[in-house]
Amino acid sequence: MRLRKLVWREMFERKNQLATSFVAILLGIAAVVSIKNITFYSQKAVARELDALGANILVLPKSVSIQDYYSADMQGEEFPEEYVMRLVMSDLQGLDNLSPKLSMPVEVQGRKFTLTGILPKSEFQAKAMWAGAGIFTRPAEGCGEMGEVPDAFKPPVKETLVRQTVIDDLGSSEVLVGADVASLLGVKAQDSVEVMGKQFTVIALLPQTGTVDDSRIFAHLHTVQDLAGKEPVINAIEIVGCCNEISAGLVEKINKLLPDAKVVTVQQVVQTQINTNRMMSRLSMVFIGIIVLVGGASIANYMYANVYERRREIGTLMALGAGSSVILKMFLLKALLLGLVSGISGYILGTALAVVLGPRLAGIPVMPMPMLVLWAVALSVAISLVASCLPARSAARLDPCATLQEQ
Amino acid sequence: MLKMESVSKSYNHRSGTVTALDDANVQIDQGEYVSVVGPSGSGKSTLLLAMGGMLSPTSGKVLFNELSIYDLSPDRRARLRRENIGFVFQTFNLVPYLTAQENVQVPLFLASVGEAEQVERAADLLGRVGLADRLHHKPSELSVGEQQRVALARVLANDPKVILADEPTGNLDPETSAQIIEFFDDLNREGRTIVMVTHDPHAAERAKRVMRLVGGAIQADEAASTRSMPSIGNVG
Repeated sequence: MRLRKLVWREMFERKNQLATSFVAILLGIAAVVSIKNITFYSQKAVARELDALGANILVLPKSVSIQDYYSADMQGEEFPEEYVMRLVMSDLQGLDNLSPKLSMPVEVQGRKFTLTGILPKSEFQAKAMWAGAGIFTRPAEGCGEMGEVPDAFKPPVKETLVRQTVIDDLGSSEVLVGADVASLLGVKAQDSVEVMGKQFTVIALLPQTGTVDDSRIFAHLHTVQDLAGKEPVINAIEIVGCCNEISAGLVEKINKLLPDAKVVTVQQVVQTQINTNRMMSRLSMVFIGIIVLVGGASIANYMYANVYERRREIGTLMALGAGSSVILKMFLLKALLLGLVSGISGYILGTALAVVLGPRLAGIPVMPMPMLVLWAVALSVAISLVASCLPARSAARLDPCATLQEQ
Repeated sequence: MLKMESVSKSYNHRSGTVTALDDANVQIDQGEYVSVVGPSGSGKSTLLLAMGGMLSPTSGKVLFNELSIYDLSPDRRARLRRENIGFVFQTFNLVPYLTAQENVQVPLFLASVGEAEQVERAADLLGRVGLADRLHHKPSELSVGEQQRVALARVLANDPKVILADEPTGNLDPETSAQIIEFFDDLNREGRTIVMVTHDPHAAERAKRVMRLVGGAIQADEAASTRSMPSIGNVG
């Protein structure tokens, strides 16, 4: 006989009453786990969508306004490409994607387009690795690396990429062409096209976006710099920053790092993302509040009833020489077991709900998150222990005589 | 061995103060067999519980081997009970969700005896009270007589020097009562001190000394027969 066995046997002896409390806390934990799980993936989805919309931070030359940047095809001002490396090498948190750009007007087959130089992601990684830094291995909490998102969120292939700011790989004689460019020139993938006297292979056509991008030709940044006969310069750096970090002053930090440039946020984009995330986390806080109250009250009620029902047993144990600490432990261990079992079951049920309901309710695929099991168990055990504290103490302080004399 | 010095116990109710024990002075020596008799509500159970360190008196002292037990901390007192005193109840008070064997293991578990030894000793003790074939039965599967025998085995688990029994035969038929009384005789012959509250004249007459309580006061305290001489017990 051990305390654990004693507690375990008692729990099964009165399993009907226990079941009510168990179900109360199980459902609560399941609700919170599934909300957290769906929220996590929906935040990813939101981040993904917003990322597709474009960057939320722009680094521009001092004299250029964000209106200029968006309304005009390009602007004449430039700053050194070295700024990109400064950002890559810095210890700034929350820079999810960086995309330096240099645009210039070009004429192809007698039509005017914009040639935009971009730096593919592979070059950042190579540079970062070479320099011992790792900007893309530094996901900040709540934003996450896009690459981590499972199946449905595979990084978009070049064809579906609209204003996606970082392209994985782009050779020096390869181009991506916008929808208008493609239709006006009548080119398709793998066709050859001559731009400023250089032959390029069209590796992908971008879909219609209704933006200036439709009349853009994207080529490697360094190729564009060479064609333009320019030093390593760029017009702008588009940054996908993590929203939490932006509200924590990322913009000011970039400003400090690049004092000669202008750093602006695309306020609306950032705000939408922040608002969505905030709404989700508030919702889960509300649920946590409800589960703490309802689950806690249910357990406290059950424990008080249990102590009352077992007062003779408690008196007997005391007569047999049990000190108050044994009685206290007996009830707290029971609470602990109840918390553990309902936490784990709540995690399983909640995860199953999230995986099944996520795609139907939120339209997003949801994967199980093993980390949440720790969270679920911790919450459930904490509720159970706190709710049982007073009943357990009242059991330990029970007057054994009073209980034994009730014949 | 057991001594009560001017022990009183009163309860405050809405209707006024009720005195359950009134200035009781008792001395019980090792190996004595004392029965406590008296009408219902005369304070017999209160006397027993106060003696066993379960009920703190309003005034007076209870001494166990010259140690004032209510001056000890509650945990120290629990240990004293665990090591020296065994209680037997009229309603047996077995733990309903444990088997006979597990019930007997409880005091051993409380005394931190290893599990293997618990199992072995519990089986031995149940064998001693004639329940070797009932080890794995729960109390609800046992007759009342068997339940009381399990309770006796449980009392013996930690080999107590003193056994305090509160109407141990109160719920039993005459035949089973006789068996139980027989056990108490045996336990007394082994040198254990027995104090038994009882309504049963047959049980009472087996004791060597009879104490009569009326209205919380000890009215008489005398040897039950000439077989043995009682030690000094003051009449309260």
